Amino acid sequence: MFHRPSFKYRTFSVFNYVFLIILSLLCLAPMVHVLAISFSTSTAASAGLVKLWPVDATLASYSFILSNSQFVKSFLISIERCILGVSISMFFTILLAYPLSKEMKDFRFRTLYAWYFMFTVLFGGGLIPWYMTIKMLSLDNSIWGLVLPGAVQVFNAVLMLNFFRGLPKELEESAFIDGASHWTTLWRILVPISMPSIATILLFSFVGQWNSWFDGLILMKSPDKYPLATYLQTIIIKPDFNKISMLQAKHMSEISDRTTKAAQIIVGSLPILLVYPFLQRFFVKGIVVGSVKE
Amino acid sequence: MYRRLKKEFPLHAMIFPSFIFALVFSYFPMVGVTIAFQKFVRLKGNGLMGFFNSKWIGLDNFHYIFMMPDTMLAIKNTLIIASLKIIAGLIVPITIALLLNEVRNALIKRGIQTLIYLPHFLSWIILGGILIDILSPETGIVNQIIKSLGFEPIFFLGSNDWFRPVLIISDVWKEFGFSTIVYLAAITSVNPSLYEAAVIDGATRLQQTRHITIPTIFPIVILMMTLSLGNVLNAGFDQIFTLYNATVYETGDILDTLVYRTGIVNAQYSVATAMGLFKSVVSLILISISYWLAYRLSNYRIF
Repeated sequence: MFHRPSFKYRTFSVFNYVFLIILSLLCLAPMVHVLAISFSTSTAASAGLVKLWPVDATLASYSFILSNSQFVKSFLISIERCILGVSISMFFTILLAYPLSKEMKDFRFRTLYAWYFMFTVLFGGGLIPWYMTIKMLSLDNSIWGLVLPGAVQVFNAVLMLNFFRGLPKELEESAFIDGASHWTTLWRILVPISMPSIATILLFSFVGQWNSWFDGLILMKSPDKYPLATYLQTIIIKPDFNKISMLQAKHMSEISDRTTKAAQIIVGSLPILLVYPFLQRFFVKGIVVGSVKE
Repeated sequence: MYRRLKKEFPLHAMIFPSFIFALVFSYFPMVGVTIAFQKFVRLKGNGLMGFFNSKWIGLDNFHYIFMMPDTMLAIKNTLIIASLKIIAGLIVPITIALLLNEVRNALIKRGIQTLIYLPHFLSWIILGGILIDILSPETGIVNQIIKSLGFEPIFFLGSNDWFRPVLIISDVWKEFGFSTIVYLAAITSVNPSLYEAAVIDGATRLQQTRHITIPTIFPIVILMMTLSLGNVLNAGFDQIFTLYNATVYETGDILDTLVYRTGIVNAQYSVATAMGLFKSVVSLILISISYWLAYRLSNYRIF
């Protein structure tokens, strides 16, 4: 700046820094509080002594939930679901985005297809017909019921196709001149240079799979097939005594204990926290390119 | 003609798997809305025919749902909660983005951004679990603070006065960081020479914000406002389902939760489908209007 900022502006600036820093710490505080509870003893937690730092630090809650076979089982189901769901959905998304990124002159049906997929975003049959469809296909009570219905993510395909369109046309053209097919051009030329946006979609897709809980709740007949998010819903959010009694009636008092719940919340969000630094790196670019494209 | 078909064939083939999946998991359920016009009996027929085998009763289900006081309440709650969320979801991120834009220290700026959009990626199960803990009337830290200030503890999730404020505030907590990024990106795209010229003309920071920054992000604000029109029937199923209970149905029961209880819990398939169809049709109309407006106002296109 050419001028020394005025006194008024400097005062504002100080308040602004203080306000924003307090605000952002406030956003984090609830999570830090729960983290602190998860490392505290039950007595300290129920006496309300824990604020932002563990009291009588202990790993008891963690060793308890890790010895709970259902928790571990659900964790593994969630991982399985993520691996299957993300890979299938990525494959479909890339395959769908490439033809849709073509110009009308190269692919006449492009707009027709685009509307076909767009309409699925704009309108839906609603929960019950969807549920009946899954049951008719006998996908309920199986991991495929969690993975297949969401395999085509139109929003991700739109992000991807906008990225493909931003690439220089010469890349494709020179590949075609050298006799490459669409398939080769896509996987050998476009995909390798699209890694930043593929990474963005991959992470979105992972977060989506990890966080999904409702499908597990309505599609799985027995709680021992629940993915972790659904399991946490039944244990922490809406303790459902019919279902819990099937699982671990004898542990019920301990399961519902505050520190155990806190530890489950922390472990349940751990995978997201682990990918968060990467998410952040790609996501700003990805989301800005996708949502505000002018 | 033949050559062209041959050239385009691989492209069709690439779309084919997605085409089938959309057909099965999106279009097939759309056919299923027919049961909204039937007195659906589960035992009659499987497969696609299951959607056509029950007795047709015309609009009776719709007549029934609009007679139910629960539906009217749910529609009212949906509209109120969704509108408040939309308004808060515009004001807070724009304000924070403008304030964040004044932060010159890159490290602090990035740090703040990192902290505020973390909750966006956590599910409502995680955030709901956290909220249930901190808002608990006996042990929750929020009520501990309230008590230490000498007030009576508040049962936030069991009070019809407090349930909606909790929904709005926690929704802002989860989502404002994400939207802030979008607005901040728009602000950063302002041509710096505009500011330089303004400084030479002796404009203060406040004047620069008022006459340069705000007018530049205005189109995006309008765009976001228009697009959010399509959401006035989406009050946030995950969040409400996680936090609500029978005590707060009066202020917190929305269309989506009512559909869930009617259809999945009480197995009234036809009635629940009719409710869902009502919501889908109104949403479709609103989204179409909002996209059309967005296209007219800011030349926005989805693809």
